[in-house]
Amino acid sequence: MKYLLLFCATQEDLAAWRALPEEARAQTRVRSAQWIAEHRAQIRSNNGLHLPHTVTSVHVGAGGQPLVTDGPFLEGTEVIGGYAEIEVADLDEALQLAGSWADHAPGHRVVEIWPVVEG
Amino acid sequence: MGRSCAGPSCGRDLACGRGVTFHADDQQDAPSPRLDGEIQATLSTVFREEAGKLVGALVRLLGNFEMAEEIVQDALLVALERWPIEGVPQRPGAWLLTVARRRAIDYIRRDARYRDKLALLERPVVPEPDDRLRLMFTCCHPALSRETQVILTLRAVCGFTTAQIAHAFLASESAISKRLVRARQKIVQAGIPYRVPREEDLDERLNEVLTVLYLMFNEGYLASTGSVPTHRDLAEDAVWLVAFVARLYPREPEVLGLLALMRLHLARVDARFDGEGKLILLPNQDRSRWNQQMITEAGRLIEQAAALGHPGPYQIQAALVACHAEAVSWQATDWPQILALYDLLLSMIPSPVIRLNRAVALRYMAGPAIALSEVEALEHDLEAYHLFHAIRGAFLLELGCSEQAQAAEMRALTLTGNQAEQSLLHQRILALNYER
Repeated sequence: MKYLLLFCATQEDLAAWRALPEEARAQTRVRSAQWIAEHRAQIRSNNGLHLPHTVTSVHVGAGGQPLVTDGPFLEGTEVIGGYAEIEVADLDEALQLAGSWADHAPGHRVVEIWPVVEG
Repeated sequence: MGRSCAGPSCGRDLACGRGVTFHADDQQDAPSPRLDGEIQATLSTVFREEAGKLVGALVRLLGNFEMAEEIVQDALLVALERWPIEGVPQRPGAWLLTVARRRAIDYIRRDARYRDKLALLERPVVPEPDDRLRLMFTCCHPALSRETQVILTLRAVCGFTTAQIAHAFLASESAISKRLVRARQKIVQAGIPYRVPREEDLDERLNEVLTVLYLMFNEGYLASTGSVPTHRDLAEDAVWLVAFVARLYPREPEVLGLLALMRLHLARVDARFDGEGKLILLPNQDRSRWNQQMITEAGRLIEQAAALGHPGPYQIQAALVACHAEAVSWQATDWPQILALYDLLLSMIPSPVIRLNRAVALRYMAGPAIALSEVEALEHDLEAYHLFHAIRGAFLLELGCSEQAQAAEMRALTLTGNQAEQSLLHQRILALNYER
């Protein structure tokens, strides 16, 4: 089964992250990279995302005309900081993988597991 | 439904039903005119015995929970229609299996994706002993909400119809059916596995199953009035399933503990209500109506669990209830022992509801004033819990503050949804008015 893992954080988490000294942030980045390397067999692709204020949304406006707005479509104080596409046997394996993330990158408190529609 | 349920103490929040009728279109409590009690009891027993085995076997063969569950539900509905007229077949399990297999073959012929499964169904379908257990772990998977776990277990493992579940939770059939559709979709689309969990997850997942079964039990037990044989009883199905789990995991002390706890509650169920269905509190219950044999058996289970050397919350709760069940009278209750058990329980689960119950035990050792101050410290956490106000009211009354007591009881009354409990609180308020 394929799943998309979304690494989520709150605005407060983000603020705390930015307040960290660069050295601590670098350490966390190293741990994340380690985690990804350790689970290469299950992770198909992965990326970090820039902050919400850099996001642009394109809406289908009146008459099918695209309407461009500044910021994410999904509002709220939660932020998606990154994603990973994984392929594993079942939800239990996905849960185990997502659970193991907790030890590596305390910046993202929640990992959402989205099942991917497959052929 | 829509009320959420997140903790072990909120079984009563799930809903306050009164058991389940076999009437597909009947939301009332009246006994069904079409089915007599005997055939209803037979149907319950057969469905409970067979449904989970069948669903489990079909999930294993077809690899699709959604389809398996629907097929078995169809077969149960055919039985519900025909058995009351034609009589229950000699081998009801085989009968249901035949109907289910035919339906399964129909389904598969319609859906090209499952063609390769056809051959599997043409051979006899033999349930495996683990089918029902795997099914239970699927239905109680932690990725499903607590309510969904309970509903799914009732439906897939115990063979409740949508109408019966709707009746048990005082919800509409369409609401239940919508939840079931979504739950089945989640199992299939999110890839919730159908298997016994790995060794390292077993404790946690077994605990998940026990929580669901205890919620199911409480729903039936708290809502029951002790005298509605025409309804399918959630408590009975819950005990039956825990006994089933205990047979498979005889060395899991918490399973034995929960089984003992449920049996101790059931042993006293007849004494909980008077002839009019009014609730009788523990001090006023006629202890000769308690089932002594069940109490003794439960005591044996507690000892068996304790011998395994891993105490846990269900074992301690069972020991607590046993203290009451084994006391020859209310006056003979061993309060120091009960208080010690509450302290032990609190060290495992620091829950305000447990502290509230501990305060009741404290009342009998240290008096109402000290107990009241313990209770009032819990106001922040338990403001919305009817028993908080009921207990606070009782202590206030003892201390002679009848006006405050009445206000507390009124608050309790507005918070409880259970009629028997409501009527008890109502009596107390009337008594207060009378005293003044």
